Amino acid sequence: MEVRVQNVRKEFDRFPALHDVSLDIRSGELIALLGPSGSGKTTLLRLIAGLETPTAGKVFFGDTDASEKTVQERNIGFVFQHYALFRHMTILENISFGLKVRPRSSRPPAGEIRRRAMELLDLVQLSGLEKRYPNQLSGGQRQRVALARALAIEPAVLLLDEPFGALDAQVRRELRKWLREIHDRTGHTTVFVTHDQEEALELSDRLCVMSQGKIEQVGTPDSVYDHPTSPFVFGFIGESSELPVTVENNELWVGGRAIGVPAGDAQPGEARLFFRPHDVELVEHDASLAGVVSTNRRVGGTRRVELEIGGAGHLVEVDLPFDHPAGEKTRLAFRPRRWKLFPAV
Amino acid sequence: MSTVASTAPRRAWSFRQPSVIPGFGLTLGFTLTYFSLIILIPLIALAVRSAGLGPEGFWKAATDARVLGSLRVSFVTALIAAGVNVVFGTLIAWVLVRYRFPGRRIFDAIIDLPFALPTAVAGIALTAIYAPNGTVGSLFAPLGWRIAYTPAGIVIAMIFIGLPFVVRTIQPILEEVSHEVEEASATLGANRFQTIIHVIFPSLMPAILTGFALAFARAVGEYGSIIFIAGNIPFVSEIAPLLIYIRLQEFNYVGATVIATVMLLISFALLLAINLIQAWSRRRYGYGN
Repeated sequence: MEVRVQNVRKEFDRFPALHDVSLDIRSGELIALLGPSGSGKTTLLRLIAGLETPTAGKVFFGDTDASEKTVQERNIGFVFQHYALFRHMTILENISFGLKVRPRSSRPPAGEIRRRAMELLDLVQLSGLEKRYPNQLSGGQRQRVALARALAIEPAVLLLDEPFGALDAQVRRELRKWLREIHDRTGHTTVFVTHDQEEALELSDRLCVMSQGKIEQVGTPDSVYDHPTSPFVFGFIGESSELPVTVENNELWVGGRAIGVPAGDAQPGEARLFFRPHDVELVEHDASLAGVVSTNRRVGGTRRVELEIGGAGHLVEVDLPFDHPAGEKTRLAFRPRRWKLFPAV
Repeated sequence: MSTVASTAPRRAWSFRQPSVIPGFGLTLGFTLTYFSLIILIPLIALAVRSAGLGPEGFWKAATDARVLGSLRVSFVTALIAAGVNVVFGTLIAWVLVRYRFPGRRIFDAIIDLPFALPTAVAGIALTAIYAPNGTVGSLFAPLGWRIAYTPAGIVIAMIFIGLPFVVRTIQPILEEVSHEVEEASATLGANRFQTIIHVIFPSLMPAILTGFALAFARAVGEYGSIIFIAGNIPFVSEIAPLLIYIRLQEFNYVGATVIATVMLLISFALLLAINLIQAWSRRRYGYGN
């Protein structure tokens, strides 16, 4: 089901959490709401769910205005960061809860409820644990139960609030892959909130990057990564290095030296240069960015070198293969292969 | 490495398990001494004194009609009062935890007053209000309902003194029940009533049981406030603690200890049962860990 968020504003005690946010979510897609804490991503998710009411604006499910509907009527599946399982119920009872509380007219017979719950238990690969209680399961297992519970009501939209936030790195990666598989198999329109950009890049069809109650950029992971439209997005998605530069004669200058990077159509004057630390080439003689190595750390397969550029002591990071001979040097000269210029603030 | 292990001296079985938390011996010793002086020795003395009658004498004294009558009055009214307190105490705890309203803190503080008030004062106040010519009693008098000087009055006094126990045990647990669980229930389509019955209530169950046990224990042992409002008619509104006092005034010390011992046994059995149910539910649902 398509979800349309239209000019939604939300204030908590006069403190604005969302400013005039609009977002179209396509049917069947897996979209990530990504942003630092306080960016309003969870508020947006809860507004879609109906757990919060917007101060202004509307939420549409398909063509129907869902803003008027209660949480119960919206038929959404919601997965919480801390699972929110019912501790006094077995796993099977947890999963079948949503079907059991339906009014008699739309409630499937008991046998059917049980069959559906067992099927879902199988889908989340927890067969055989139906008689356990939530506190007898690991964190990863609990979150899978929570997902099965949300799927049991055949939701119009599946909403996940930092679903892997409370799990350790290993389990996170596993569940991420597994969630993608489940999504591909069931095809639910899915919105998930995360502050982990790697998770968002790996898992989602589209990203919606948020900051300070506003949507910064929406697009496929590749387009957001390759063509960030704001310094915030560049800095938030992926690794980045930033350097103040001067635009003059269609070239970029740092500390009075041309660095061999064309300015394109940028206006002359001050600007900020952004590039990815791994997207650089070392140069020997040409115009380049040169700096003194201030720290040099090996991180697995790469070597991360921090360089002090020019007299003002601006620090940028550059990645080299860990066995690159330049890793031994005290001075390095490089040019970014891809970069982005933003106006100075 | 196995040789090292085999040459290591075998540690003799020790009552004390190795632990990084110091002071086990000191604190356990102090606890046991204190417990013995304050609780155990008086209780044993009670049992010994009443056992002086021999099994037959004990049985005869314990099954005396007036004794049985007073025990029935005490335990039935205490159970009713604890039951009522659980219902309304839970409601009050709910209101205090869930809603913000002017005067909430004052209301919250007033809950504890029955703890602090001398029970005789409470008894006299309640009697004055619930007597047929009192503020509240006069409302019920035309209906033919007498509250003061009947078992109903006993229940009212017991409710008064037991309420804080229920509110104070449920309040912190209710604060802990996460909103997320309620929200999860709502997103799954459960209405408010279903959420309360199926989700919130079961998670409060252990606390409710504790509150019930405390309110019940307090009510059974209560004396001061009840004797003013009860009317103290043997077989009708005479409570066991009052009968104990009467026996003492008759210098029938053994008779008094027999009633006390029987009360103690019944109370202990009930409290033990409640605790076992509670421990079971805690273990099963993983609350409190």
